[in-house]
Amino acid sequence: MVVGSQLENANPLIYRRSGDRQVTAREEDEDVPDGIDDREIFDLIRSINDPEHPLSLEELNVVEETRVKVNNGEGTVSVEFTPTIPHCSMATLIGLSIKVKLLRSLPERFKVDVHITPGTHTSEHAVNKQLADKERVAAALENSHLLEVVNQCLSARP
Amino acid sequence: MFIGGSRMKDSLTLLNRITAHPDSRCWFLAWNPTGTLLASCGGDKTIRIWGKEEDTWVCKTVLGEGHQRTVRKVAWSPCGNYLASASFDATTCIWMKKTDTFECITTLEGHENEVKSVAWAPSGNLLATCSRDKSVWVWEVDEEEEYECVSVLNSHTQDVKHVVWHPNQELLASASYDDSVKLYREEEDDWVCCATLEGHTSTVWSLAFDQSGERLASCSDDKTVRIWRQLGTEEGKGVSKDDLTWKCVCTLTGYHSRTVYDINWSRLTGSIATACGDDAVRVFEEDPGSDPMQPTFSLTAHMPRAHSQDVNCVAWHPKDAELLASCSDDGDIAFWRYQHSD
Repeated sequence: MVVGSQLENANPLIYRRSGDRQVTAREEDEDVPDGIDDREIFDLIRSINDPEHPLSLEELNVVEETRVKVNNGEGTVSVEFTPTIPHCSMATLIGLSIKVKLLRSLPERFKVDVHITPGTHTSEHAVNKQLADKERVAAALENSHLLEVVNQCLSARP
Repeated sequence: MFIGGSRMKDSLTLLNRITAHPDSRCWFLAWNPTGTLLASCGGDKTIRIWGKEEDTWVCKTVLGEGHQRTVRKVAWSPCGNYLASASFDATTCIWMKKTDTFECITTLEGHENEVKSVAWAPSGNLLATCSRDKSVWVWEVDEEEEYECVSVLNSHTQDVKHVVWHPNQELLASASYDDSVKLYREEEDDWVCCATLEGHTSTVWSLAFDQSGERLASCSDDKTVRIWRQLGTEEGKGVSKDDLTWKCVCTLTGYHSRTVYDINWSRLTGSIATACGDDAVRVFEEDPGSDPMQPTFSLTAHMPRAHSQDVNCVAWHPKDAELLASCSDDGDIAFWRYQHSD
């Protein structure tokens, strides 16, 4: 979508999508408080589109349920994502898309931290620092071109 | 870490909470020098001026025309007649106070991208701005209210977050995403970086001088506060101006659970307030009789859910020693009464 003729990772490994969430009787009980759990966060981000391929972040194994950590009581969400290649120039954009999706979907009390899976990217520290800087994230999202690209990643595929 | 005990009991009480920038962030607050007006700014591109009426604070004016993007910080001139606003639209506006309103008299342009902070020198003749373009600009104001850039300082290697002037000297400090703090002064008609303060392990978000200007407090994404002291002032007058160095004499660690976005050092009482990404407001005081070269500070107030989201700014009132204002990503301003401990 953002890249023209040259694909950075022309032949990515494709992973199988997970099944739908099993809804339990307890969750359907309106009288029982139902906190947000790891699977719900994963469901919010797994179908985000990769900026380069017509595939979801789940299909590229960029996001995995085991790398999502929620603490409902403390209101914290931590997501690690794994770029498909260690030099991926889209890493910041992918992280930003995950962050924006969660900020838009979750109640405002949640603190959302998005990081690269340790050891999977050459500029891990720089990308993590950029994603953690809410002032730079706010400025980036005022950039209409970048916002459009993020929204493309977040839009449902036809 | 010492928390609790009688020293902290009920020392911060909420006086008022107002929705200042609805559906938006409130990024920063600034009291005018007499404390009659509070300026706020936010993600809704506006600046709002608040004044006290009876027991609450009301919006006197909305300055909505000056900027095309987020207004990140605001600063009053020492005379109180001008307000400067730094915006993500890469400009800084200078507003002149009229009887009931404000007029934008100048727009300072030149930064390549977002302006993050603005500050007036104590004389009112100099203004500093800083930007994501990694530079700090010093502007000179002449009698005709013309602003001229007299220096572009490129010492930082990353986004510059904050600028602040010494309380009574023409010494400027800046804080950056490059984890450092830098100090600048004029030397033979040019501004130069005269000190680099290294120690923080992540972005330095804000700075505050103490009343004397001999000490500087910095706060960071590394969740610590550091107190820096100018050496040479204490050890005697024999030290030349060029030999002044700044040393970290205290690190407050273990108190903040997320990024510390702002710090404010009361000129009236010496109390230090912090604004944190964990939604809390905290106040620290220097322990009586602590060694000036190795001072210790105690947490004297901790308001865990001061706001429903990140706290972005804390500002002590310039005249009322017990009054503290804070603002947040939730768009609110809160006013607190701080009972100074003995």
